[in-house]
Amino acid sequence: MSGDTTSDVRRAAPGGRWRTMGGFAVAAVLLFAVAPTVLSDFRLGLLAKFLCFAIVAVGIGLAWGRGGMLTLGQGVFFGLGAYMMAMHLKLADAELYGGPGSVPDFMEIAGVRELPGWWAPFASPVFTIAAILLLPAAVAVVLGLAVFRRRVKGAYFAILSQALAAALAIYLVSRQELGGSNGLNRFRTFFGFTLNDPVNRTMLFFIASGTLLAVVAIVRQLMYSRYGELLVAVRDQEERVRFLGYDPATVKVVAYAVAAAFAGIAGALFVPIVGIISPADIGILPSISFLIGVAIGGRATLLGPVLGAIGVAWAESSFSEQFPSAWTYALGAMFVLIIGFLPRGLASVTAVRALRRRSGDGGRQSVPEQREVAV
Amino acid sequence: MAISETTVRDAIKLAVDEINADGGVLGKEIEIVAEDGASEPAVFAEKAEKLIRDDCVAAVFGGWTSASRKAMLPVFENHDALLYYPVQYEGLEASPNIFYSGATTNQQIIPALDYLAEEGVESLYLVGSDYVFPRTANAIITAYADAHGIEIKGEDYVPLGSTDFSTIVNKVRTEDADAVFNTLNGDSNVAFFREYTNVGLTADDMPVMSVSIAEEEVGGIGVENIEGQLTAWNYYQTLDSDQNTTFVGAFKDEYGDERVTSDAMEAAYTSVYVWKESVEAAESFDVADVQEAAGGVAVDAPEGTVTVDGENNHLVKTARIGEIRDDGLIHTVWESDGAIEPDPFLQTYSWADGLSVDDAEG
Amino acid sequence: MDVVIGQLFTGMSTGSILLLAALGLALTFGQMGVINMAHGEFIMAGCYTAYVVQQVVSATGASLLISLAVGFVVGGAMGVILEATLLRRLYHRPLDTLLVTFGVGLILQQLARDIFGAPAVNVVAPGWLSGGVEIFGAVVPKTRIFILLLAAACVAGLAAALKYLPAGRRIRAVVQNRDLAESSGISSRQTDRMTFFVGSGLAGVAGVALTLIGSTSPTIGQSYLVDAFLVVVAGGLGQLRGAVIAAFALGVLQSAVEYSTTASMAKVVAFVVIVGFLQLRPQGLFSVRARSLA
Repeated sequence: MSGDTTSDVRRAAPGGRWRTMGGFAVAAVLLFAVAPTVLSDFRLGLLAKFLCFAIVAVGIGLAWGRGGMLTLGQGVFFGLGAYMMAMHLKLADAELYGGPGSVPDFMEIAGVRELPGWWAPFASPVFTIAAILLLPAAVAVVLGLAVFRRRVKGAYFAILSQALAAALAIYLVSRQELGGSNGLNRFRTFFGFTLNDPVNRTMLFFIASGTLLAVVAIVRQLMYSRYGELLVAVRDQEERVRFLGYDPATVKVVAYAVAAAFAGIAGALFVPIVGIISPADIGILPSISFLIGVAIGGRATLLGPVLGAIGVAWAESSFSEQFPSAWTYALGAMFVLIIGFLPRGLASVTAVRALRRRSGDGGRQSVPEQREVAV
Repeated sequence: MAISETTVRDAIKLAVDEINADGGVLGKEIEIVAEDGASEPAVFAEKAEKLIRDDCVAAVFGGWTSASRKAMLPVFENHDALLYYPVQYEGLEASPNIFYSGATTNQQIIPALDYLAEEGVESLYLVGSDYVFPRTANAIITAYADAHGIEIKGEDYVPLGSTDFSTIVNKVRTEDADAVFNTLNGDSNVAFFREYTNVGLTADDMPVMSVSIAEEEVGGIGVENIEGQLTAWNYYQTLDSDQNTTFVGAFKDEYGDERVTSDAMEAAYTSVYVWKESVEAAESFDVADVQEAAGGVAVDAPEGTVTVDGENNHLVKTARIGEIRDDGLIHTVWESDGAIEPDPFLQTYSWADGLSVDDAEG
Repeated sequence: MDVVIGQLFTGMSTGSILLLAALGLALTFGQMGVINMAHGEFIMAGCYTAYVVQQVVSATGASLLISLAVGFVVGGAMGVILEATLLRRLYHRPLDTLLVTFGVGLILQQLARDIFGAPAVNVVAPGWLSGGVEIFGAVVPKTRIFILLLAAACVAGLAAALKYLPAGRRIRAVVQNRDLAESSGISSRQTDRMTFFVGSGLAGVAGVALTLIGSTSPTIGQSYLVDAFLVVVAGGLGQLRGAVIAAFALGVLQSAVEYSTTASMAKVVAFVVIVGFLQLRPQGLFSVRARSLA
């Protein structure tokens, strides 16, 4: 199955340019014009939260669907971005409401009078934004080099990334200067704008929408570039790529770092939108839950992860309103049915495929079939 | 955790049914809109916002962990709505939008320390789950101990849900304190008490004072592992009063004879009545009117008469130390002299000066 | 001194629990390459088996011994059902197995919650296991000694079965060279099922043993699963002794760090050490033969 994979991808690109532009235009209209008018403030806020998950999903689609790296630890990068943003917001609030040199309210309650030194740089908005953009990616590069250079892959990588998420969540719970298990919450302003104001909340929704579109555009460029082909090649036949003179570790690290950066940005947006970040949002369960939307939408497709992530998050929110305990069954069943029986996601359902074939796209996005069983 | 949340919901539903059978509030029948917080702070915040904005409820009852309350607090303040929070908690908070029907620290932890000091305890070992309530509780205990000449032999935290206590019990046994102050949460208690009993420690030579173990948890731990140990609460199922007999009877009629009632359930049940009385005093469901009228509202609750303290929205309540007996229930062995005024910021305790800055903002 | 001995024993005891939880995984993941995230829920099934058996057989000693046997069968049966219905179709997609079994785990957890309720249930330990034994001044609970012995018995039994029983030899043959084994007339499908039965059965046994020291609740499996996977990864695939050494090393390390710092720190340190260790030996402590890692 690996033979025609890359040519498929290549072929889809040129003819699809206009369609892609059209798709972007439709998405932009939906997000910037339709959604704010038809949805209530509350539902718009929810959708903004789902968009954050979608941004993570786009990264996972690249690393997992295209690169074959099953990352069960995206919560780590999501958490990094979120906590850095939260620290900045807390510091900005403290300065605004308590005067210069005040410590954030939760520290005050805990009797901490001195700001820990490593918090200080996050008072600067520029530093914070730079750190959000760079730090998760940097961590991913270091981790990725360490792991992929040693040719640790497949299940080992998945287990290590999962253990990393678990370790970070446990560590954060024990750090009282980061709010412990409560996490950080109660933000009043976002770069000077009051968060309680509906206009500003709509603005946040627009920021999330814009970021999502940008992120999708970046991944599209990567997917249809030479690098994108190389990534798929590494996924399907890592050894052959090595023999061709490329370093698979580098190829993988790039995709992993991009996915990490996306997760970090999503985390940073999640904080002002949802108003809280706590270790419960970044442990094993949330990290693995990021994957199901990607799998449902079609892991190796461009838009599948986005639609899947939004769909699952929306389903969870409305489903759990009606039948709280049944959601766990539904989530479990989705993992079993979609991944077990529909590995290409809903994108492979006949109707969708037929539609796509008619519109000129082969509809044969490849599914990773790694043959890396231990035996 | 989830179980305790569901039992709280049962208690709230019981109170609402009773009120509706009795003609409702201001002639209106109360309708319950239930939402599940999934034990996750961010979900609590989302659902709270949904209840306030989509369902336009008059008041929200619930929340369980400190994290869930902290997550919901800004939502209630931003939308100016009311939350009735039914669990004992770590204090250091007072929001005009939250009514706290569980104990704050000076109605639970400090009386427990007073009792231990009266019993001649001169050294303590602190064991807790790693989250905000145990951390804050232990800071208060340490300050109290400093001022009262009690030695703290050790202070240990385990990750939430941890079930391996061999190391910590080993430490506790080696340090040989007069008593253990236990702020562990949930299932960790099971593993802790089993290990504790198995290395030969008993309530006679090293009693454990727990502040998170109620009637519902005793069964899971096994009475044989915890008999004779102490707890600190405001309410026990065994309390001897007409209100409590009625409450326990009604609860068992509704949900089954094998069910037990506990402090958080009683506090949740009571909070519905506190809200009803406040609304009736205000003659309005409006948030500002209810806040205005709430101060001084009194309810004859199963635990005794409780009164809303208008300054901090906490309840004036009686502290009780209980002993777990072989019937699996908790029996009062000590009671505070009358109901204790809530003091979430511990301003009336000179030894607690260093603990927190009074946060006028809430 | 008694502190050191006490801690050493504590570490061994933690290690033996890790080993019990990981032993089944060493078989299914280590030998077959199937990443079964529902392994933790098989452990949980073992816990609830002990609870149910105790409702029927009230004599605690007898019920423990019966539970060990029934737990093995229950865990094994669940494993076989999982293998026959889902995993069989997924052998060529190991990473997807991980996600599918994660979903199975979620469903099993919620089932347990709906059947037995979310709060912990109590399984009473038999009288002859209550209390402790004094060893050089340190008191070691008898339950922990029992678990240590049980873990040793399981390892010995499994090793002997793999070595001497015909079925065990078939398992090893399929693990080492599937194609050659098949051409020698071994049904690899039956052997796979057999391996899965034993591996999952061991999870059931681990679950029964865990009721002696901890709580029996729907989420109990999760708390052991990540550690168990790390043990197998650090121990190296395809070898039981790797898992044994890794489990005890991890147990002693964790309790030593926990004694001097905190339990949270111990978890973090253990993880960092394992990642660091894999830098030095990406194939784990032992591995059957040199090959690129799965």
